[in-house]
Amino acid sequence: MATEVEHAADPHGGIDPNENYLIAGKGIWSWLSTLDHKRIGVMYLISVILAFFLGGMFALLIRLELLTPGRTIMGAATYNRVFTLHGAIMVFLFIIPSIPAAMGNFVLPIMVGAKDVAFPRLNLMSFYIYVIGAIFCLFSIVSGAVDTGWTFYTPYSTTSSSSVVSMTLGVFILGFSSILTGLNFIVTIHKLRAPGLHWRRLPLFVWGMYATSVIQVLATPVLAITLALLAMEKVLGLGIFDASLGGDPVLFQHFFWFYSHPAVYIMIVPGMAIVSELFATFSRRAVFGYFAIAMSSLGLALLGFLVWGHHMFTSGQSEFATMVFSGLTMLVAIPSGVKVFNWTATLYKGSIWLTTPMLYALSFLVLFTIGGLTGLFLGTLSVDIHLHDTYFVVAHFHYVMMGGTVMGFLGGLLYWWPKITGKLYNEPAAKVSWAFIFVGFNAVFIAQFIMGSRGMPRRYYDYVPEFRPYHAFSTYGSWVLAVGFFILAGVLIQSLLKGAKSPPNPWGSAGFEWNTSSPPIFSNFAETPVITRGPYDYHEATEEELFDGFPEDFKKTVS
Amino acid sequence: MSSATTTEASHSPVEGGHGHGQHAPFLAHHFDTPAHQFDSAKLGMWIFIATEILMFGGLFVAYGLFRGQETEMFHQAHERLDKIMGAVNTVVLLFSSLTAALAVRQSQVGDRKGTTRWLIVTLLCACIFLVVKFFEYQHKFHDGLLPGHYFTAHLAQHAHHGHVLPYRAHMFFALYFMMTGLHGVHVLIGMGVLSWALKRNLDGKISSRYFTPIEIGALYWHLVDLVWIYLFPLLYLVG
Amino acid sequence: MNSTDLMKQLPAQWSTFGPGYDWLFYFIYWMSVVLFVGIIGTAIYFVVKYRRQPGVKAEPTGHNLVMELAWTVAPVVLLVLLFHWGFAGYVSLTTPPPDAMDIRVRARKWSWDFEYPNGGHTANEVTIPVNRPVRFVLSAEDVLHSMYIPAFRVKRDAVPGMYSTLWFQATHTGDTRFFCAEYCGAADEPVTQPDGTQRDTGHFSMNGLVHIVPQARWSTFLEGILRAPTHPDGREFTAAEWGEQLYTQQNCNTCHSVNGSPMTGPTWQHIFGHEAALADGTRVMVDENYLRRSILEPNAQVVQGFNPVMPSYQGSLTDRQLDALIAYIRSLR
Repeated sequence: MATEVEHAADPHGGIDPNENYLIAGKGIWSWLSTLDHKRIGVMYLISVILAFFLGGMFALLIRLELLTPGRTIMGAATYNRVFTLHGAIMVFLFIIPSIPAAMGNFVLPIMVGAKDVAFPRLNLMSFYIYVIGAIFCLFSIVSGAVDTGWTFYTPYSTTSSSSVVSMTLGVFILGFSSILTGLNFIVTIHKLRAPGLHWRRLPLFVWGMYATSVIQVLATPVLAITLALLAMEKVLGLGIFDASLGGDPVLFQHFFWFYSHPAVYIMIVPGMAIVSELFATFSRRAVFGYFAIAMSSLGLALLGFLVWGHHMFTSGQSEFATMVFSGLTMLVAIPSGVKVFNWTATLYKGSIWLTTPMLYALSFLVLFTIGGLTGLFLGTLSVDIHLHDTYFVVAHFHYVMMGGTVMGFLGGLLYWWPKITGKLYNEPAAKVSWAFIFVGFNAVFIAQFIMGSRGMPRRYYDYVPEFRPYHAFSTYGSWVLAVGFFILAGVLIQSLLKGAKSPPNPWGSAGFEWNTSSPPIFSNFAETPVITRGPYDYHEATEEELFDGFPEDFKKTVS
Repeated sequence: MSSATTTEASHSPVEGGHGHGQHAPFLAHHFDTPAHQFDSAKLGMWIFIATEILMFGGLFVAYGLFRGQETEMFHQAHERLDKIMGAVNTVVLLFSSLTAALAVRQSQVGDRKGTTRWLIVTLLCACIFLVVKFFEYQHKFHDGLLPGHYFTAHLAQHAHHGHVLPYRAHMFFALYFMMTGLHGVHVLIGMGVLSWALKRNLDGKISSRYFTPIEIGALYWHLVDLVWIYLFPLLYLVG
Repeated sequence: MNSTDLMKQLPAQWSTFGPGYDWLFYFIYWMSVVLFVGIIGTAIYFVVKYRRQPGVKAEPTGHNLVMELAWTVAPVVLLVLLFHWGFAGYVSLTTPPPDAMDIRVRARKWSWDFEYPNGGHTANEVTIPVNRPVRFVLSAEDVLHSMYIPAFRVKRDAVPGMYSTLWFQATHTGDTRFFCAEYCGAADEPVTQPDGTQRDTGHFSMNGLVHIVPQARWSTFLEGILRAPTHPDGREFTAAEWGEQLYTQQNCNTCHSVNGSPMTGPTWQHIFGHEAALADGTRVMVDENYLRRSILEPNAQVVQGFNPVMPSYQGSLTDRQLDALIAYIRSLR
């Protein structure tokens, strides 16, 4: 058997392809210059977690200020910056890159049986573009910050004296990171699938990443041009959005939401993609309605481009547009509903293992259902008029983005933690952190639905006394939520320092990525696999695949 | 029970798929064959081109909307653009697309010198484009035909054949500068990409087995040309 | 005015839109509750019933096309209904009757001006007659704002450079609150009130009361706003007194002090009758004409050292109100 392959230049750059990826190549420079998708995924993971904590700090500050009417800990101008930064950091630095760049990068190539993504250098470049974009955003924060809201509506953003230009530049740059990640995934999925892996056998996570990547590639450029126009309007006074010069402020909203609505599908579809994997593994059977779930991801990607005007029902856009957007918004509810029904049906006659990742998947089911149903209120024209720009909307999007995507992110993080780190984490402690997070989250946001429909507008520094009980309840909930995240951080740090070594497939999953060592070797596989079954075919997988290295007593309980 | 995977040594590059233990130096470890790598690179560049089209698309939409509202004013304003210079630039870019395609052809047949020659001509055309653009912009500055607050062509001293433009015409020039400016930035980026491809050729990395940088560089250049093909009639001819 | 029951989701409804709106809201609410309980209840039941047991295998997933079609098509029916009802409600929200009375509403950072059919104005509060259709014609002077009246279930953005409208017919007399519902910033510093307390102004402070009065009181109200306000003993305010009231009512105090300290705008103390240096290098006498111009075209002659950020009050103040403000500034010489 040939062991040496002669290359004019070593294709692996001096790295032993059969070594554990974490130690193949030593020293910080080997990480910063890596082309290994797994290492890039880990660097992204660390970055988005840091962004989440920064955005979360701002959230706690918001809730602390709103604990009492009037001034609590900061003035109005500061508060406006704090809520803007909370939104901008969470949207652009955390949630959009989170699952695709941190987890997709790691897991996707392994799931399709490839040794890397199609363009490893582009992958590394997209990470550095993210870092540069983040630096511009951080610079904006320390040089006066932004007080426009993360939506940058004109004319306020073009006339504000805050650091709008450096923030828009930062977000513009971050957009390219998102585009390149999406581009890489599309080519990887089309061109690097292992033999035998035809489209109907693709893991649902891959379908989700594919749909997300299509949105990233098509929508983000429109954000780029919107922000470029905004910056030029500020710097050169173009006049496109300035009414006094003949421009149209509502045009900005159209441009902005043309990206930002598909963007929310960039946020939720990956979360749904992870949830499909979790339901399959922890029920030990294929997700019900595989084809419908795959197609519904593509359906969301397509329909998501057609509904942006539902953010603008009170904006003064034409009545005809308003009607069309409401109708199409109703349609976009269908694919999400289909997924919820299919996941529930997956539980039927399964063998359900309530691990922490499964608890997060079930949380997603509960909280995304609430978030999605409240979306119906907002899509129904007359009902939206009263609810638009109130806390009802704030609660709705937090239920889908946090109750949805973040639950999916945390579930995926714990699920693939043994694959990424080679270590197990403390399951009971993780469950405790989940409980705090679940209860705390609901406490924060359920009160916001009620105060919203009672007339509490959003982005308010101060409020009339009748809303005080709701704000106070919401703030106490934020402390419970924060405790949950600190416990989780402790669980993960303890696992890194002292965690038990993980077997290759601790969950007994039939997924393709579990057919490698935990952590994987540098080139993922010793030989390119040939796929002969689907990723959820538990009845076709071998004992060895499902329980490779697993303790004997566990094997007995999980069959 | 079947297993998920079987291993087949002949499919594995690590094992020496060609059987002779010799791999092309340009072949990345995660691709099976040079053709596989080339196809993937082309797909990647096409997707990137799609993103560029969407980005410019936003500007075309803005142009369409404002033109619909102020058709007469746009028509008046566009008369101030230099059609001759625009036409020259169009011919120059079209020619440069031809030379880029010729560079690809020469690289496909392994003609290193020919590839270099045609790439240099393409780059020269790009320079000519930018120089003509520079003069065009200079004229606009001189005549006060600038966006927003900087617009002064409504003042008497900037009368053209005895007519001044209405102040509202600044909107046309806002879009003109945004669209041609962004396009100009892409000409520069395209020059960078082609220069990189040229360097790889001069370093001897390009051959009839591996000409991907030339191919995708030229593909990008065709996009840059295509955007101009839309911009020129829209701004200069129709107004 | 508002329900004391914290769990009640909607505030009291005081307009003709109320019953239809609330019915649809609660329809969606109960439909959601039923769906949620159904789906999650089923899921919890499955999780409990099919929890992993030693020796019990999961059954391979089957297919059930009928069920999949059912739960794809059934929601469509429901959603079409929701769309239809929502659209019908929206049509009525945006179709004022032809005899609706117009009130012109101008929004600026951070106050509202209401102009009535007889030319009178009120600031930061509006009075309307009960049981008559009223149409607000909205515009903004500077950035986006939005007029939101929860008790009427209406909202519409006020956009610079265009008119937008909303209409309603109040069914209940009393006071209810309106809010600004489109973020528009805040003042960098709180303003000191006449009584010495600090007050923050911004998007959140652009709220006020809608006074819904019986028909009989409506014409009295209309007459009253054309005259200067009166003291409790019936004496009319002097021009300067009225100007002093307008100084806080129109939020001039957000940017102009009367104690000598410069804020976003110059102080009003000791300026009348003196020369001021302008940003373009010229000098101007601060007299009645200069003050009038500064209120109506504020960015034409900006004082040196200050930025051209003041919104115009053109159309928001009657001539008599302008006279009153000028008289007040004059009294501070």
